[in-house]
Amino acid sequence: MSTSNHREITYAEAVREAIREEMRRDDHVFLMGEDVGAAGGVFKVTTGLYQEFGPERIRDTPISEAAIVGAGVGAAMTGMRPIVEVMFGDFITIAMDQIVNQAAKMCYMTGGQAKVPLVVRTTLGAGRSSAAQHSQSLQAWLAHIPGLKVAIPSTPYDLKGLLKTAIRDDNPVIVYEDKMMYNTKGLVPDEEYTIPFGTADVKREGKDVTIVATSSMVHTVLNAATKLEQDGISVEVVDPRTLVPLDMATIIASVEKTSRAVVIDEGYQRFGITAEIASLIADEAFDYLDAPVKRIGAMDVPVPFSPGLEPLTIPNEERVIHTVKGLFRDE
Amino acid sequence: MATTVTVKKPVQVASKATRLTIPDDLCLEMHRRMVTIRRFEEAVWEVYTQGLMRGLAHLYIGEEATAVGVCAALRTDDYITSTHRGHGHLIAKGGRVDRMMAEMLGKVDGYNRGKGGTMHIADLSLGILGANGIVGGGMGLATGAALSAKMRGTDQVAVCFFGDGAANQGVFLEAANLAAVWKLPVLFVCENNQYGEYTAAKHVTAIHEHIAERAAAFDIPGLVVDGNDVVAVYEATKEMVDRARAGEGPSLIECKTYRYRGHHVGDGNPEKTYRTQEETDAWKAKDPIARFQRRLIEAGLATEADLAAWDGEIQQQIQEAVEFAKQSPYPPASEVTDHVYV
Repeated sequence: MSTSNHREITYAEAVREAIREEMRRDDHVFLMGEDVGAAGGVFKVTTGLYQEFGPERIRDTPISEAAIVGAGVGAAMTGMRPIVEVMFGDFITIAMDQIVNQAAKMCYMTGGQAKVPLVVRTTLGAGRSSAAQHSQSLQAWLAHIPGLKVAIPSTPYDLKGLLKTAIRDDNPVIVYEDKMMYNTKGLVPDEEYTIPFGTADVKREGKDVTIVATSSMVHTVLNAATKLEQDGISVEVVDPRTLVPLDMATIIASVEKTSRAVVIDEGYQRFGITAEIASLIADEAFDYLDAPVKRIGAMDVPVPFSPGLEPLTIPNEERVIHTVKGLFRDE
Repeated sequence: MATTVTVKKPVQVASKATRLTIPDDLCLEMHRRMVTIRRFEEAVWEVYTQGLMRGLAHLYIGEEATAVGVCAALRTDDYITSTHRGHGHLIAKGGRVDRMMAEMLGKVDGYNRGKGGTMHIADLSLGILGANGIVGGGMGLATGAALSAKMRGTDQVAVCFFGDGAANQGVFLEAANLAAVWKLPVLFVCENNQYGEYTAAKHVTAIHEHIAERAAAFDIPGLVVDGNDVVAVYEATKEMVDRARAGEGPSLIECKTYRYRGHHVGDGNPEKTYRTQEETDAWKAKDPIARFQRRLIEAGLATEADLAAWDGEIQQQIQEAVEFAKQSPYPPASEVTDHVYV
């Protein structure tokens, strides 16, 4: 990134730029979803696209997640490259048959005849007092399904590059955007770029403990790392950027260096993303570990509404600091 | 005071053609495909009961006129989505019986290299977007294929075959609504074979008389057709296909037909449990193949001897397909991880 000129854009603008560039590049790319057109989306992420591309390619849909994702699968199988927006990740449950039984399996079930170049953009993240049906981070559900790829960017740079890669991929890809980060800013280069799937990014180098973090948890961990540094603990932060495919090589290389690992993700902790990555670390880097691998996920309760309760359920800096310090207690 | 308002938009009942108004060669081709479906399904029963085929087998026997009449009105580049009871649709759309049979047996020469089996056979080159193991699974796919055709500026159409059971899946409403508001070139073809699995449709479906009445809710044409009359099915479909190609949007065609066998091969004798022998016999008296054969003879297009000869040829072809399938090997273990991703 250092050799080129950079601009500062928001996480929402990263989505917009990626879609705009890919739609200009390829007539087969189009976007459909609830309120994405004239209104520019409930999070104002798609503002301006309707004005540029018109109602044929930026399609406002009925509130019918199963039909719009299903139609996305059918359109993808027949020569188009749809991007479907599912406004809240919680609503993906309504389209689960289309994603899990249709999109994910079509190539395999047909012996390679069918390809499904579909992108489903959806959101994760609690913290807006949106309560239990508008706050979940269900990425583990989809990462569980063979045939799907899952991207989970933490910065505008990663989001733009990964979304462009997703649109060009011939497989169904779920892109998880953190709805709490749409207004956060970051640098992107002026020139075009994409980010290959399965390449983790070391967001901070350190030597004492590896923290594998996804989405907004990357920022929670970076803040915690600054404080831990003051206590003499050097934290390395590894952001996988895609859950499927998962770049275990970078994670393992980091753990071999630090000998300690914590995995953090905003999904429910039970049977979650953290469980999978922690078990892989335990399995592949056992000889290098000086302490058990620790996990931090959302509290295993439905996300509560009350501002007095919701923050208790979301992983935060204090929990990261407490967990990391616990790894050094015996020294 | 509550007022009950019943909106009953008249459903068009397609006229029962009394004479053959379609080209001779098309009539004979439709006949050939109907007989091929029946003989194929009988062969599936055989290989299944011989233990050569595993899993499930949902037979299309009795419903042949519906698949054939619909697909005869389509072009090769038109799309269909099929169902768990899909063998008939595939043959009607031009699928090869040898590769289908090999897929039934899980063999490497099957359409899907043995990875899909009976409920997932596809031939993308023929516009067959796959049979589908989920009841209503084709609704979104066909709607999307129609959207794709429209956006690519072609005049292709998509047909979504679904059963009376799928008429009660929520995605039907979603897909029909989406197709209607976007005027997509898709035909929703309901094969009402009277039973959703082991339950009579009439006991679980809130309609006045016809599933096609539901078209009124989407302001699209709803047609009821004798699904055992291949000509009537063809003509109704042709009309709706022409309409779709002209950009006038989707339609719903309900074909009334009957599943002679149980829900699947393992449902061996439904007349002992959930339906009556009298009902089955009454439907068999309206057998779609026998009826069409009488009309072919009356029209001077075939003789009894012709019919017997053609049947023999088809049976020979099916036997060759079974042999092809038996001889084909299972896919090598190395293929188990192929095609998870492109």
